[in-house]
Amino acid sequence: MRLTAITAAVALVAGAAFAETVAPDDVVYGEYGEVNESLTGVPGDADNGRMVFSTKSKGNCVSCHAVAQLPDVPFQGEVGPELTWTGEARSAEELRGIVANAKHTFEGTVMPAFYKTSGFIRPGDGYTGKAPEGDLPPILSAQDIEDLVAFLLTLKEE
Amino acid sequence: MKFKAMTAIAALLFAPAAFAGGADDDTLVVNGDIEMTTKAPAPAHLDGALDEIISGWHFRSDETQQLQTDDFENQGMIFVDQAMDIWNTAEGSEGKACADCHDDPADSMTGVAATYPKWNEDAGEVRTVQMQVNDCRVNRMGADAWKYDATDAISMEAMIASHSRGMPVNVAIDGPAAEAWEKGKEIYYTRYGQLELACASCHEENYGNYIRADHLSQGHINGFPTYRLKNAKLNGAHSRFKGCIRDTRAETFSPGSDEFIALELYVKSRGNGLSVEGPSVRN
Ligand code: HEC
Ligand code: HEC
Ligand code: HEC
Repeated sequence: MRLTAITAAVALVAGAAFAETVAPDDVVYGEYGEVNESLTGVPGDADNGRMVFSTKSKGNCVSCHAVAQLPDVPFQGEVGPELTWTGEARSAEELRGIVANAKHTFEGTVMPAFYKTSGFIRPGDGYTGKAPEGDLPPILSAQDIEDLVAFLLTLKEE
Repeated sequence: MKFKAMTAIAALLFAPAAFAGGADDDTLVVNGDIEMTTKAPAPAHLDGALDEIISGWHFRSDETQQLQTDDFENQGMIFVDQAMDIWNTAEGSEGKACADCHDDPADSMTGVAATYPKWNEDAGEVRTVQMQVNDCRVNRMGADAWKYDATDAISMEAMIASHSRGMPVNVAIDGPAAEAWEKGKEIYYTRYGQLELACASCHEENYGNYIRADHLSQGHINGFPTYRLKNAKLNGAHSRFKGCIRDTRAETFSPGSDEFIALELYVKSRGNGLSVEGPSVRN
């Protein structure tokens, strides 16, 4: 009890910097699939976004997208469009919506939804092939999404 | 619009040679003798989903393709030889070998792989080759059933397939098989798992594209069982299905399950017209 009260008080004092993380089911998508509010209130870290983009166990975005700015990452895929100019072509709001759940922007797209936890058919426990025990976490965390948006915004022709 | 055009130009500039995409134009002749049909018009029941059906062989590297052109280089043939030993060995309470009833498989098993999975009237079920072999083992030999896709079962399936090499796949999808075929079709187009991808998302919408280091084929099973360089053994179609579904972060089905039997019938029918290649070589 007392602990909860203290935690709550700290949260109040900390204010905006510790703004509540928006849960996957609570994300508000606009008419074109864009998401206006940050999912965490913490500015994105482009370096971490770059790591999430190219790491198999994280976003693994390179499996489908090529990016000229990552020459050290081998075997970039071609299922999705090349993203070398995404930072010029898309706004942060559009990118946040696309990365969180691209189905709102591109109907029926093969691009997976990275910040979604419900509505799946036979979801598994990661890549084990088995059913999950308990609740399914989203593939990426809210901060991973923000970091990816920051990284994608750096992708411009030089 | 402008973005799309730029993307297309850049793709041309940046794409390394290996990313040429699409199926190649090579032709497959095995042992200088068996001419394989590796591209064919899509069967009518695909309703225009594909214009042309293309064997997975076309999407592999020249080195991997080469291994399938000669039985001395095709390591899958080692398992075919092993299955011949089993074929001639008596097993079970009846003291019978496959050979006692089926003689030379080069005669008795010709064309079998091209038409399976197949409806069995007496059993009232669609049977895969492995199910039929197990039926002979259990009910005619008094031997134990082999585990689905385990070494003995898959080696025997490869041996049986090898006697249909070059013949066109031609599974029946109408009549009593129609129900299983429809079920298989539904599975093929269902977007499973947390990645929400269907077989069609990769093998119909994106064949010819690279997904990371993998060159996506149309996912046919005319080449099964396949000898894969990756795990240096023969792989069954159901095990391949299982791996593909697992990779969508989904709960898979099991080899030998009703779902995979139905899916095998449906996927095999998509390749009606391609030559039976089993055992083929893949990476
Ligand atoms: C399974 C393949 C796949 C994966 C994995 C994937 N994408 Fe995509 N992505 C696509 C496809 C296909 C499109 C094109 C949308 C459409 O028309 O369907 C796309 C579109 C996009 C776009 C919009 C491009 C534009 O401006 O039109 C962005 C940005 C993007 N993806 C980012 C990502 C990020 C970041 C990740 C990793 C978290 C990722 N993608 C993972 C397939 C994928
Ligand atoms: C005692 C005799 C007997 C033995 C031993 C036997 N079979 Fe059979 N097998 C049959 C008969 C009879 C059929 C036809 C059954 C039917 O149509 O339902 C058959 C059918 C088959 C078929 C299907 C052929 C087709 O044209 O559809 C295959 C494949 C097969 N057997 C493989 C094997 C293998 C492999 C073995 C050894 C592991 C084996 N059989 C052992 C009697 C036997
Ligand atoms: C995320 C993409 C993806 C999905 C979804 C997927 N596969 Fe695959 N599959 C692959 C890749 C990559 C390979 C290896 C390269 C190739 O042959 O396409 C492969 C290979 C195969 C092969 C071997 C082809 C050959 O010539 O040896 C078969 C058969 C197959 N898949 C069937 C299926 C079926 C059936 C489903 C649906 C249950 C499915 N796949 C779903 C990516 C996928």
